[in-house]
Amino acid sequence: MPNQPLPYYVNYLPVLLQIVVACLVAGGMVALSALLGKHRYSRTKMQAYECGMVGTGDARQRFSVKFYMVAMLFILFDVEAIFLIPWAVIYRKLPAAIAPALGAGPRDFSARMFGFWEMLVYIGIVLVGFFYIWKKGALDWNATTEKTDF
Amino acid sequence: MELIQYIAFAVIKIALLLFILLTAVAYIVLMERKVIARMQNRWGPNRVGPFGLLQPLADGIKFILKEDIIPDSVYKPLYIAAPMIALILSLISISIIPFGGDWYVAGYHIPLQTAAFWTGSGIQDINIGLLIILGITSLGVYGVALSGWSSNSKYSLLGSLRASAQLISYELALGLSLVGVLLLAGSLSLRQIVDSQAGSLLHWHFFGGLQFVAFFIYIMAAYAETNRIPFDLPEAETELVAGYHTEYSAMKFAMFFMAEYCNMVTVACLATLLFFGGWHSPLEGLHLPVPPIWLIISPLFWFFVKVFFFIFVYIWIRGTLPRFRYDQLMSFGWKFLLPLSIANIVVTSLVLALRS
Repeated sequence: MPNQPLPYYVNYLPVLLQIVVACLVAGGMVALSALLGKHRYSRTKMQAYECGMVGTGDARQRFSVKFYMVAMLFILFDVEAIFLIPWAVIYRKLPAAIAPALGAGPRDFSARMFGFWEMLVYIGIVLVGFFYIWKKGALDWNATTEKTDF
Repeated sequence: MELIQYIAFAVIKIALLLFILLTAVAYIVLMERKVIARMQNRWGPNRVGPFGLLQPLADGIKFILKEDIIPDSVYKPLYIAAPMIALILSLISISIIPFGGDWYVAGYHIPLQTAAFWTGSGIQDINIGLLIILGITSLGVYGVALSGWSSNSKYSLLGSLRASAQLISYELALGLSLVGVLLLAGSLSLRQIVDSQAGSLLHWHFFGGLQFVAFFIYIMAAYAETNRIPFDLPEAETELVAGYHTEYSAMKFAMFFMAEYCNMVTVACLATLLFFGGWHSPLEGLHLPVPPIWLIISPLFWFFVKVFFFIFVYIWIRGTLPRFRYDQLMSFGWKFLLPLSIANIVVTSLVLALRS
């Protein structure tokens, strides 16, 4: 077997193939069900379900602003999580890399703790924001409270 | 290895994998019904075939032959696309999961993973595999949100709003609980994470890495992500009929369920890979005398035993626990799991820094 190294992006080819096959499977299921199932139209049957009563109004009404709040907070904290992931991956290589800049050996205490202190500052800043929204009541769901006046 | 060979292997692996996965999903549903039945002192399905073993087949045929109702008030393109999105996303992430080391068959090294190849000296897989899985699973919220909105039914809309808020809330804890494992393994490649746990069960991240807090955060967040009891608020049938898939029927309804069970399999695989040593045997360090054939079967055996165990725990918990109230659910995710996962990161990194 020839040992030519394949380029790295070739790894993503099976994922692309899998996406194509998954689309075919899903599309095939929907098509098969639409073709093989019987269809009998009746006006009542085609209504949206509302406990068997005749439906009233449209479903696209206003809903609680809390859902938007959760979405917003999610984006903030998810960005935090994403920043933590690269730090975590290189954490164990960090002392050796940072030691020369600190003028210390890679086994010294200051070099070993460098990554930890740096991330503690970052997490600390994020936690300040977290406790702010907690105290503001943005995380309370049973609230008819007035605290949520942002 | 040449490109054509590689693609041919990939196609075969994808076909096999999807066949096994979809069959497994069908039989996990049967297993769930059986196990829940025995927990509730019933028999469960036992009419179709011996021990009800042909029940999934009968269910499948019935789903396809039932009337595919599309209500008049729905927004059709998204209504049809939503179950497809849910199913497609759940089928993609499985391609990055490694099921074992590699098989040496007829002069070829075949890695038991779709997105990996043999370089001649070792196996190369996607080096950000975990990140890709997180990305794909977080797209899953689109299937839920779009199905609820496009159905134009009040129950569906409420269910999908709840589900979307729940999915994004617990995704935070899920992502942060994995950081502890990344600190220990120092890589996002699933294969390297498993390799970092080689040895006996004391080297697994759950025991040796002291990541049990992270594991429990992960498993709770993952249950919420897959909408399972005790976090199945989106489809709480006593309040919301069936939540976001109220208006769906026939195969489209089944597709949401298949997506849910595929996600369960992925979650169980990830729990195995990240916390429980993947395909490594718990007794690996002992060098017990085993027949040579066992060395070939052993990785797959241990991997599937562990995955099966986690799937069983899913069902067990469904038979045991009641459902959360919605405000409890949200405050549990935000006020308990999120701070706890951050604390876990701080403690793990501190211990690692002091111990290195």
